[in-house]
Amino acid sequence: MHTIWTIAKRELATFFDSLIAYIILGLFLGFSGFFTWLYGNDIFLVGQANLRVFFSIASWSLFFFIPAITMKMLAEERKTGTLELLLTKSVSDRQLILGKFLGSVLLVCIALVATIPYVITVSCIGDLDNGGTICGYLGLLLLSIAYTAIGIFASSITTNQIVAFMTALLIGLFFHIIFGVLAQNFTGSLGQFFDTLNLQSHFESISRGVIDSKDIVYFLSITFLGLYLGEWSLAKRHFS
Amino acid sequence: MDIQIEKLTKTYGPQTAVNDISFEVKTGEVLGFLGPNGAGKSTTMKMITGYIGIEKGDIRIGGKRMADDTDNLKRHIGYLPENNPLYLDMPVMDYLAFCAALQGVSKDLIPKRVRKMIGVCGLNREKHKKIGELSKGYRQRVGLAQAMIHDPEILVLDEPTTGLDPNQIIEIRKLIRDLGKEKTVILSTHILPEVEATCDRILIINRGKIVANGTPETLRKQAQGNEVLKLCIEDGDTDTVLKSLKALDTVQGATAIQPDQHLFEVQSKAEQSSKRAVFDLCVKHKWVLTELTPLETKLEDIFRNLTVN
Repeated sequence: MHTIWTIAKRELATFFDSLIAYIILGLFLGFSGFFTWLYGNDIFLVGQANLRVFFSIASWSLFFFIPAITMKMLAEERKTGTLELLLTKSVSDRQLILGKFLGSVLLVCIALVATIPYVITVSCIGDLDNGGTICGYLGLLLLSIAYTAIGIFASSITTNQIVAFMTALLIGLFFHIIFGVLAQNFTGSLGQFFDTLNLQSHFESISRGVIDSKDIVYFLSITFLGLYLGEWSLAKRHFS
Repeated sequence: MDIQIEKLTKTYGPQTAVNDISFEVKTGEVLGFLGPNGAGKSTTMKMITGYIGIEKGDIRIGGKRMADDTDNLKRHIGYLPENNPLYLDMPVMDYLAFCAALQGVSKDLIPKRVRKMIGVCGLNREKHKKIGELSKGYRQRVGLAQAMIHDPEILVLDEPTTGLDPNQIIEIRKLIRDLGKEKTVILSTHILPEVEATCDRILIINRGKIVANGTPETLRKQAQGNEVLKLCIEDGDTDTVLKSLKALDTVQGATAIQPDQHLFEVQSKAEQSSKRAVFDLCVKHKWVLTELTPLETKLEDIFRNLTVN
């Protein structure tokens, strides 16, 4: 655990040392703030004191920003050779993956914490549904860990950050949209199957305030699978 | 901690990088790992440090099998990889503290170890800079510092002196020699004088196989065979000198290499030395012996003989 924390801490420190963290946080807040408060189907149009609009916007912005956070995680280490440096220290493949994962998730958490003023603002305007808000944040958190795991896996298979970014987006796209579209187009058990894979429906049911173990298991399974595949892709160097 | 390597083999697709090699390194020994590019030096080092898996054969460190307990054994090894990869965006001190933490140095000991390594590697003036701002030589020192940060019993150094200036090279060689007294050190290099200056034993590998293994002296003896002397004998007639040299008991053959400068080359019979006989001969005839140099086979020649084919 100590090793994982050491790696995660370094990851966060590097983020904040360079401009990346500030740019990503700024873009995330700007993007979600703009669509929540100023533009289109915004929070004033709904006429209710809840943050549904924000949660749905945030799920989209996280879909784009998480791959940007995770893309360099392992791809860069592989490219510069520091992967060899890390893995010849007393660090196992799993610890490295989990450390990188924890570092990225913490950055996402910081971004989510920075949206708390939205909650305060809305609760000043009207009577905010606290349970729904907490569930919404829980949904965003679950969605974030799933996308982070996918991003870590995408970053582990290449030495090119752009390729890692695109791969993570592509895989994410399936969960975010394509499975949903397929679920609408197919009927019967196949349609049901795609609906189970559709991330949006799970996310919406949580952010509506319904915590179902099915949804939690869904997000945790994606996370687990992503991290497991990432570890496997690191371990491949032993058998080339 | 001793390292034992038994019948180690590693193939990359159709190519055999390391082919059935076995050797041993003992505590207090500095082993020089020599070989042309692509001979399998780095691959072997990567297997010893646990970065890549062992395909066939076995690596034992302190009697324990590497494959059984990789994560624990890695703690006893300090490794400087080829090309010295570093986090360029980290300040030197933070980086060393990070490496120490990963190697399991306890929290309260970390600042002390970092300070010690900065002193040992001469990084005091650069310690607050980012690694990316340092010159190549200083980066190399940071690489060495991170390898030694947790005071490991085994040091594996892949080309440790590349990029250093002559003064630094001498310092680092001395450091490696000192470390080698208590620790087990394996270093790879292309620079042959470096091996002679730092290593107790040399291992030359070529195309994944060990072609020579021994101290620099043994290797030289093996390669050389008979003693060869270069002589300068003045005050005598060249032909007479040559004839008298050839007549000596211990001499197998003699030639005048530059008759006008009185230079001769004398080859002794196997296992015998003609130095004394030559001296006595000169005294007897009142010739003046102004030069007597034993011609040694250079390590370069041994290396070339073993690896060019």
